[in-house]
Amino acid sequence: MAEREERRFAEVSRDSVKLMAESAGVEVGDEVAALLAEDVCYRLREAAQNSSQFMRHAKRRKLTVEDFNRALRWSNVEAVCGYGAQDALPFRPAKEGELFFVEDRDVNLVNLALATNIPNGCAETMVRVHVSYLDGKGNLEPQGTVPSAVQSLSEDLLKYYQQITRAILGEDPHLMKVALLDLQTNSKIAALLPYFVYVISGVKSVSHDLEQLNRLLHMVKSLVQNPYLYLGSYVRSLVSSVMYCILEPLAASINPLNDHWTLRDYAALLLSHIFWTHGDLVSGLYHQILLSLQKVLSDPVRPLCSHYGAVVGLHALGWKAVERVLYPHLPAYWANLQAVLDDYSVSNAQVKADGHKVYGAILVAVERLLKMKALSLSKPAEGGDWTPVPLPAMYCELYSFFGDSLAVRFSTGPELEGCLPALPCQPADARKETVANAAAGLDNSRKMPQLTANLNISPRPDGTHGFPFIFRPFARSSSSSSSVQRRSSSSRPGQRSAGPSRDVFPKARFPPPQAGPPSFSFLIGGRQMGRRCQGRRFQTSFGPQPPLASLPPRAYAHKLPVIGRVSKPVRRWTCSHYSLHLPL
Amino acid sequence: MAAVQDGQVESDAEKETKPDASNDVAGNSSGGARSMSPNAASSASGAAKAAAPTGPGEQQTLLAVLQFLKRSKLLESVDILRREAGLSDELDESQTNDGAAAGSGAGSQGEGSVDAASLLRRVSVGGAAATNIAATTTSKGAEDQPDVSIVLSAYSQQGDPALYQVYYSGLKNFIESVLDCHRAELSQLFYPLFVHMYLELVYNNHEHEAKVFFEKFSGDQECYYRDDLRVLSGLTKKEHMKGNETLLDFRTSKFVLRISRDSYQLLKRHLQERQNNQIWLIIQEHLYIDIFDGMPRSKSQIDSMSGSLAGEARREANKAKVYYGLLKEPEIEVPLDDEDDEAENEEGKPKKKKPKKDNLGSKNKKQDPNAPQQNRIPLPELKDSDKLDKIMSMKEATKKIRLGPDTLPSICFYTFLNAYQGLTSVDVTDDSSLIAGGFADSTVRVWSVTPKKLRKVKSAADLNLIDKEADDVLERIMDEKTASESKILYGHSGPVYGISFSPDRNYLLSSSEDGTVRLWSLQTFTCLVGYKGHNYPVWDTQFSPYGYYFVSGGHDRIARLWATDHYQPLRMFAGHLADITCTHFHPNSNYVATGSADRTVRLWDVLNGNCVRIFSGHKGPIHSLAFSPNGKYVASGATDGRVLLWDIGHGLMIGELKGHTDTVYALKFSRDGEILASGSMDGTVRLWDALKAFDVETDDFTAATGHIHLPDNSQELLLGTYMTKSTPVIHLHFTRRNLLLAAGGYNSQ
Repeated sequence: MAEREERRFAEVSRDSVKLMAESAGVEVGDEVAALLAEDVCYRLREAAQNSSQFMRHAKRRKLTVEDFNRALRWSNVEAVCGYGAQDALPFRPAKEGELFFVEDRDVNLVNLALATNIPNGCAETMVRVHVSYLDGKGNLEPQGTVPSAVQSLSEDLLKYYQQITRAILGEDPHLMKVALLDLQTNSKIAALLPYFVYVISGVKSVSHDLEQLNRLLHMVKSLVQNPYLYLGSYVRSLVSSVMYCILEPLAASINPLNDHWTLRDYAALLLSHIFWTHGDLVSGLYHQILLSLQKVLSDPVRPLCSHYGAVVGLHALGWKAVERVLYPHLPAYWANLQAVLDDYSVSNAQVKADGHKVYGAILVAVERLLKMKALSLSKPAEGGDWTPVPLPAMYCELYSFFGDSLAVRFSTGPELEGCLPALPCQPADARKETVANAAAGLDNSRKMPQLTANLNISPRPDGTHGFPFIFRPFARSSSSSSSVQRRSSSSRPGQRSAGPSRDVFPKARFPPPQAGPPSFSFLIGGRQMGRRCQGRRFQTSFGPQPPLASLPPRAYAHKLPVIGRVSKPVRRWTCSHYSLHLPL
Repeated sequence: MAAVQDGQVESDAEKETKPDASNDVAGNSSGGARSMSPNAASSASGAAKAAAPTGPGEQQTLLAVLQFLKRSKLLESVDILRREAGLSDELDESQTNDGAAAGSGAGSQGEGSVDAASLLRRVSVGGAAATNIAATTTSKGAEDQPDVSIVLSAYSQQGDPALYQVYYSGLKNFIESVLDCHRAELSQLFYPLFVHMYLELVYNNHEHEAKVFFEKFSGDQECYYRDDLRVLSGLTKKEHMKGNETLLDFRTSKFVLRISRDSYQLLKRHLQERQNNQIWLIIQEHLYIDIFDGMPRSKSQIDSMSGSLAGEARREANKAKVYYGLLKEPEIEVPLDDEDDEAENEEGKPKKKKPKKDNLGSKNKKQDPNAPQQNRIPLPELKDSDKLDKIMSMKEATKKIRLGPDTLPSICFYTFLNAYQGLTSVDVTDDSSLIAGGFADSTVRVWSVTPKKLRKVKSAADLNLIDKEADDVLERIMDEKTASESKILYGHSGPVYGISFSPDRNYLLSSSEDGTVRLWSLQTFTCLVGYKGHNYPVWDTQFSPYGYYFVSGGHDRIARLWATDHYQPLRMFAGHLADITCTHFHPNSNYVATGSADRTVRLWDVLNGNCVRIFSGHKGPIHSLAFSPNGKYVASGATDGRVLLWDIGHGLMIGELKGHTDTVYALKFSRDGEILASGSMDGTVRLWDALKAFDVETDDFTAATGHIHLPDNSQELLLGTYMTKSTPVIHLHFTRRNLLLAAGGYNSQ
């Protein structure tokens, strides 16, 4: 054994093998240990030789732990874990005895997570080209520096960074304003951008503190508005922070007293701002945002405040976003929302209040959608635009959900008058118009939707479909509406006739007729059938409400939650896009 | 693994040499049994027979061999052996029979003339002392184990372990004392003998002796065997030999030496005089001595050719005809627009032949006499888009700069930044519009290097909405939303070691450590096919210059030829003794060159899968290959930093370019073949005067023997050295206008 030491490669000594065996609780004899030691040495050398092959093919000079692990894996040996770091591992002797070990410090994860020093990010892999040699002669011009993730900072910048963050996140509102203003105008802080982005990404850690969230959002706004900053791919990070504020069920929203709604509104506004000003920096950003909003919206497990966020986010992104995502999703979503709104139990009160928020947000969104669509239609220049759903049909459908709370809003918009297409906006299945709208249609000179008296006995025993609904054309030109009226009247007998269109609404149901004497209720023109789910009827009941217990869990007739400023015409709604704090 | 390799080598041996199986086996087994082989010279047979039937152990061995022969249905050999070994009673009759059989055996062997043992024996017919050797051999072999497997295994014979040193130093003294002209040639014996003797000692559990032997003589070996010696030095136990690849290579292949007849006679005489049987046995069993008539080679000649794992290439291995000429270009009318680019319409202009190109790589209208038949292998038909591309390329070619020693190309460097040492391979499309990188994190990234962004094709639903009759339908199918400068292709589960664009830029191939080759669509940027066949890392892959076919090679030592629409390989090229590290298609697509860690370059015929050239001379694993545009030459670069140039037609090394200090990872000829650019790990691009390098006079003798005397003129050929900033050069590409593009990953440390 002794003469073997002359060899150049490392050896595992017999004693080491014995020690290792002992630590594993095995006693090995000298002979066995020697054999083992020799074999271990050989296998190690073999693995090292194999690993160099991986290094060569990776076109590197430095053998990495990864190379060695690959060699081990291909010889069916378990890889060695835990040494993948790029940093050199110091190999130290212990003070006493011939013991060597790899230094392995404890890492305090808490400190690491909350540390103020910001780790360097990984910059994106990219290709840069430059002319190195022109006609065989060296290009002496400077070739530029390698863009790294974070350039080293000067002292001044670091100080600035500390001051600004302290001011923004501190207590003094005045100081904060100054800091934000500077952040918005300072032209020399490009190097700090990643740091600020990192700070902003801290929204996830302060979701319990509305105030801090607000401040961080203000910081985003300032950065976005700074004309000297090129956000580049940091837009993505900023957007994800903002989206967090919009969509996540923040810890702060557990307490109903916290006004996280405003925060969401503000964040949504900010999102649209970022998107409109910097959306071109990241390709596909719009679709990504839409996708994530859609995902939240279609996830029934999410709390209502998340849904609210999704709706205001869509709204902020423009009516096209609403049309693309919210509108097609509405029928499905409606069922869930209605279930919430219909639950009158005390325990549900908070959720119900949230539900009303969502309802309001949706209402505002679709209102704008209709309005903008009408506007875009009126412009001949945009005639080429392909609109997936014709406006009247859309209105009809939306009306079926919202009833007059939608119509009320439009009735007050005189500027739309006349520019609306005078189309008989009749869906293909126009036959379903019922008796109810006969009365309604008569006084179509009114712009406000009418309260319609309706005898609540219309449900058919079969309950398949066909609850009376009021067809309320968007356009009020007398000729068209009269034609509609005529047709609807004529179609009255066909109310029971099962047209081919019924298949389109197979799930349309009607609740069993209520026992007891027929009672009158007042409908605000609500078509009672949804497309795929039970329609929601908004009715203003003036009489005493029936006891809750008598209602089936999914009652169709109940008190109308008056949402929206029904009483007051909203004239300046454009200014109040985001003020959804509607009196309930 | 072992099984795979064994099978592979065996099959290769069969393919290459096509020996009569019975003769081969008979030769081997009889050699193992130390009895005189039936095809030995008749003059020797008498003496052999006298010595043959000895102790009971010997008898048993013979029986075992007989059994083996019977099992293999080699009845004639059984007869012969039985008669010869005296196992049958009719000894007298057999005498005459034997002579006839031996004669016929020798005759049939003479045609094959491949088996080293038989060749040696044939040669030794002349020497009267051959009988002597045979006799002593047989007596010595008495200690053998009577088991077939051991009889047939390579290292079973046991000399006195203590004497190995004596044998070896005896030979060493002899070689050092011979005339200078022979010494260089005979010195070639040192390395293979040393290795085999060492392995014999290890195999027979003489660990201590092996160690002493190694220490005493390892220093004498040529420096270029250092890596192998390092592997050997670690090997001290018989158990280690199982599964050691280097060792398997030694056992399964015969080390090939080229020695002049004079030197060989000298050696033989010496061994006979000294009765140095151990060495003689090794020479017989493990070495293949290729004897040529003529002047012994000089040390530099030998050094330039040796260095590979299995010695030099046999001469006959490089004798096959290679159709290295280029295929005829399809006739495409090129619109005459030398001056004005806008004249795209084919009709309005008079038909004119494409601009004449008076250069090396020109495609003359006449069929090149060295070119393969146009349809020797089926090639895909040209699509309209291919023709357009050809026209574009020809147009570009007219604006090409004529390079030469005085007009060197400009170099653009594509630096991969922030790759964190993870860039493993790069490829550039022929028109230089796309660049792709394979990374250690299993991704493949494609960048557009023109302002045209990369776009995906729209989804099927969106495609339905498109007006298919529109003129710009090809534009309409692209999804503008997906436009970006780069795309990332995910799919591999290991570092991507090789990538290659298809010539039509619609596909990208990538080969990875995970053992698969993947085909990606550059229209949808998705993976289309994963070709599974290599079970080990695939080091390199390349598309044929005509598309459709591609070649891949990896750790399993077998290069595979695939067609994109077949999930199984069309050809398997087996023969390399170590990993295949790089693969390259010949410009005419009829041949494939592979470079290997066994330090040879092999050229394979795509048509029949034969190995048609073996080029030895590198001293380290070969990592880059490049064919000259005219298809006549191939250049190879290795870890030793040298670039070697080979004449394919003659099968000769014709140049050695020394200068790089580290592995040469990239080689590329300029479009007309005047300049060879090499890129290396040492962070330099070097330009070489290829025209001058190829201008070597090759007379008939050198062509016949392959003994070229290479002028050491690297410095004259070197036209320029261009440094990068700590960036290894891993890919080189000449644009159609002869601008040199280099690529590599910036290394911040």
